Amino acid sequence: MLDKNGIAKRIAQEIRDGYYVNLGIGIPTLVANYIPEYIEVVLQSENGLLGMGPFPLEGMEDPDLINAGKQTITMLPGSAVFDSAMSFGMIRAQKVDLTILGAMEISEYGDIANWKIPGKLVKGMGGAMDLVASAKNIIVAMQQVNKAGESKLLPRCTLPLTGVRCIRKVVTELAVFEIDIDHGGFHLLERAPGVSITQIRNATAGRLFVPDHVPEMQL
Amino acid sequence: MITKVVKNASEAISGITDGMTLMLGGFGLCGIPENCIKELVNQGISGLTCISNNAGVDDFGIGLMLKKRQVKKMIASYVGENAEFERQLLSGELEVELIPQGTLATRCLAAGYGMPAIFTPAGVGTEIAEGKEIRNFGGKDYLMEMAFEADFALVKAWKGDTAGNLIYRRTARNFNPIMAMAGKITVAEVEVLVAAGELDPDHIHTPGIYVHRIFQGTDYEKRIEQRTVRNAV
Repeated sequence: MLDKNGIAKRIAQEIRDGYYVNLGIGIPTLVANYIPEYIEVVLQSENGLLGMGPFPLEGMEDPDLINAGKQTITMLPGSAVFDSAMSFGMIRAQKVDLTILGAMEISEYGDIANWKIPGKLVKGMGGAMDLVASAKNIIVAMQQVNKAGESKLLPRCTLPLTGVRCIRKVVTELAVFEIDIDHGGFHLLERAPGVSITQIRNATAGRLFVPDHVPEMQL
Repeated sequence: MITKVVKNASEAISGITDGMTLMLGGFGLCGIPENCIKELVNQGISGLTCISNNAGVDDFGIGLMLKKRQVKKMIASYVGENAEFERQLLSGELEVELIPQGTLATRCLAAGYGMPAIFTPAGVGTEIAEGKEIRNFGGKDYLMEMAFEADFALVKAWKGDTAGNLIYRRTARNFNPIMAMAGKITVAEVEVLVAAGELDPDHIHTPGIYVHRIFQGTDYEKRIEQRTVRNAV
């Protein structure tokens, strides 16, 4: 079973040289730590920056330079700054090659819920609805079961939706899945080191398709 | 030569009255019109509808206006990090409309470009789409979202000139240029105000035609919401 860093490490393997990538808050942010040095990617921050670099050294924080999580950041050589409309314009126009975000629930048709829990205080969707509705290549990073042990990979989402039929790939602490958004179903692609098919089956409430051979992740 | 310069924040926001709709630039606490917000709080103008990506924190930004119950309705994409906001929301004192960030930005853009509406896929199939017109283009559904109408837009820029031309710095740009274009009256506060002619016309982000009033702000705090650093190796 993977920890958060393990999930991030596996997702980093999906990144190709030359990609423009948008990383969400949480596990997705950790992905940046595992991008191999020989691969060049440009990170997009939806508050208006391409070329996001690491956090600044102490004393070098610039209040005018933050990421979408409002954290102080730096810019790498070749960066560009733009306004929020252009930022979502490049997302909507599918200029961003890969979007990585978290989720509370995913359905077997690729619906995603990640912004609102009824009865709990709503903080807002931020840019999540724009991202899932527009991005062509999305990977969801999430824990497959909640604290009560219930699966978050469902036949249908129970929480208010963020987007419909938009998620095709999910990486969890147990496995990598591809979703068939036309016919429905989680297709098991890989399992985490030491994780059995039974464990994955027990943690998947939606329809699960298991091929004859399921390779173990190479991390 | 046209001059847009006013003395201070008090003169800049004159004409804002109870019940108006305001746009406020900024993302989190980055690039917010600190001086104008302070003056709105001083004057106690209330019943305001505020369009802004976020709602500040408890003791800074729009949070200061919330504390004095000046905001009737908040239109934003994300409103976490604010206990007073939560309290007013749960007690029903405050009305909140949450909209996707890209939709928020593009509804500003549409207003500034003189377009009545936009079509966006954001929110299709979700509760955001309820009651909205859906159009299908090329096999994909889009929501029709209307351009914003705001009585005043309050924005913050890094440099400006007496003709109202503006230049922003780093990610403090965010919503400021598009809100500047969208207000019926646009007020810009800047850290550095120079004479017309001193800024390179090629470097202007917001042309002065969109800006009605400009002033040099004072005592910028520029508070950092999430100070995050890495260790020196």
